[in-house]
Amino acid sequence: MTVAWEPLSYWMPAVAILLVLIFGAAFRLAKGPTPADRAVAVDTVNTLVIASMVILAVVYRQVIFVDIAIVYAVLSYVSTLYIAKYLGGEM
Amino acid sequence: MIAEALILVCLIIGVTFNALGVLGLIRFPDLYTRMHATTKATTFGSIFTGSAVVIYGIWIYLATWDSAFMTLFIHALIAIVALAFTNAVSSHALARAAHKSGILPHPAVVDRLAEVKP
Repeated sequence: MTVAWEPLSYWMPAVAILLVLIFGAAFRLAKGPTPADRAVAVDTVNTLVIASMVILAVVYRQVIFVDIAIVYAVLSYVSTLYIAKYLGGEM
Repeated sequence: MIAEALILVCLIIGVTFNALGVLGLIRFPDLYTRMHATTKATTFGSIFTGSAVVIYGIWIYLATWDSAFMTLFIHALIAIVALAFTNAVSSHALARAAHKSGILPHPAVVDRLAEVKP
């Protein structure tokens, strides 16, 4: 049984749209009036990078991209918690 | 054929919700409304784009019995679960820290966190 291998047909446009959305979040990262706005923008960029990296694992046929996405998710969680502790005045 | 249509629908839903979340991040006036738009919509959209990869892995694995695709869908499932839990907790911590650092929701009727004794 043969399966159509067309990874570029609809996976790559989804990654392209996610890249445009990352630049949209980077606009708020540059402009945001308070530091908390910038922290929210960084959290959004991290989530979009994780989503696009899971899709890129299919495009480039590399399973290791998904593992890197898991590690990236955990690291962004820890860094956001530390930014939150710093903003709340607990450090 | 059914799997391909399902993958396409999941990708479209996920990218659309990610776009709505980033649009809310750019357009909304307040920190709390931005966080409300961003966290929920982006987590939902990323769950759907990840589940498209999961459906793809299951589909190709059932067609070819290649174990690399089983690894792909199990790891994508782990990534989805990690993303769903950590995003909620980190956004809660950020909102609480922003409230403690003096940014208040401006037209708030009830503010229970300000009534808590420190």
